[in-house]
Amino acid sequence: MKICITSQGDNLNAPVDPRFGRCAYFIISDTETSDFEAIKNPNLENTGGVGVQSSQLIANKNVKVVITGNVGPNAFQTLQASGIDIITGATGSVNQVIEKYKKGEFKTTQNPNVDSKHGIPKDI
Amino acid sequence: MIVSVASGKGGTGKTTVAVNLALSLNNVQFLDCDVEEPNAHIFLKPNITEQKKAYIPVPEIDQSKCNYCGKCALVCAYHAIAVIPGQNQATGKVLVFPHLCHGCGACQYFCPEHAVKEINRTIGIIEIGKCGKLDFVHGKLNVSEPMSPPLIRQVKAHTNPAQTVIIDAPPGTSCPVIASVQASDFCILVTEPTPFGLNDLVLAVGALQKLKIPFGVIINRSDIGNNQVAQYCQENSIPLLMQIPFDKEIAVLYAQGIPLVQKKKEYLNKFEHLYQQISSLVSNCKQ
Repeated sequence: MKICITSQGDNLNAPVDPRFGRCAYFIISDTETSDFEAIKNPNLENTGGVGVQSSQLIANKNVKVVITGNVGPNAFQTLQASGIDIITGATGSVNQVIEKYKKGEFKTTQNPNVDSKHGIPKDI
Repeated sequence: MIVSVASGKGGTGKTTVAVNLALSLNNVQFLDCDVEEPNAHIFLKPNITEQKKAYIPVPEIDQSKCNYCGKCALVCAYHAIAVIPGQNQATGKVLVFPHLCHGCGACQYFCPEHAVKEINRTIGIIEIGKCGKLDFVHGKLNVSEPMSPPLIRQVKAHTNPAQTVIIDAPPGTSCPVIASVQASDFCILVTEPTPFGLNDLVLAVGALQKLKIPFGVIINRSDIGNNQVAQYCQENSIPLLMQIPFDKEIAVLYAQGIPLVQKKKEYLNKFEHLYQQISSLVSNCKQ
């Protein structure tokens, strides 16, 4: 089964990116084979609709679970409609998160946990 | 002639200038385009005679015609549509995010199945009235509505070219400001003599130069702060149209919602003179 972890880098040792829509990379990992693919987020610089776009990108990869820090309302709605389970509040490295997921230590969330535009940097 | 009043920085005196200029002239139409926070009516106290709802067209998907090809989502520049293709015998879904939609109509135009219909979503109201001889129009954007330019354009659609049109623009240099000042013959930039005032003035000047709209500067509370704004105007050959001093009486009138020119008659001449200056600058530009 394919799961997606938002990541600050393109490898499994990189820390989880707390943002969903505007994360640096999406790491798509296969839980059976341990193969992974890192996708550089093409939506990072866009001004709006990023949650929707990133969700569509992930949905097209046949991912079943998204693990991230925070997810906003538009992304949540799109992921949910795509039948993707959402796990928020993940921290640590991508590797640690995958192991934790395999051990069943995460609970899927039923609601978005942040507002729209949460992932836009505040210091510019 | 259409004269818009804008500023990079907020709270510099746009409404003060726009209202008092309008009251100093004859045959004027006043358009308050600061639809997120319209306040000119507090001073002009217009008698509102007509109210109409302002809409933006947003897509509605006819699920019986849709085959989830995804073209609507692909052409949407604002990512207001997500198409989830049906998987494992489940039917697909189309999600519409009305708050992201700018109402451009591309989804309807490009849908090969004619499954997209546009429906009106109310975003605010337009109120039309009169304040003495002055014609008044303003827009009020609904609270939490993210996009003001469609409403601003609908307010501006009431522009009467037979009158002198004064537009009170919102602050800043983003889309609402551009929508407000576009097609003006002249733009007055109101600023204050502070580093913030200068910083935001420079941004506003850049925007107007790009739009090719002639402009000039008014310095409000001109006798406080420093002289860097005046210096900047001089160095860049920007006409300094007027300076309004920091005056407690002006502040008191403002707080009472009384236009300056009604109590301090000397300002009638000053604003008339301002308009003459603008007229000659505009006719020079057109030559």
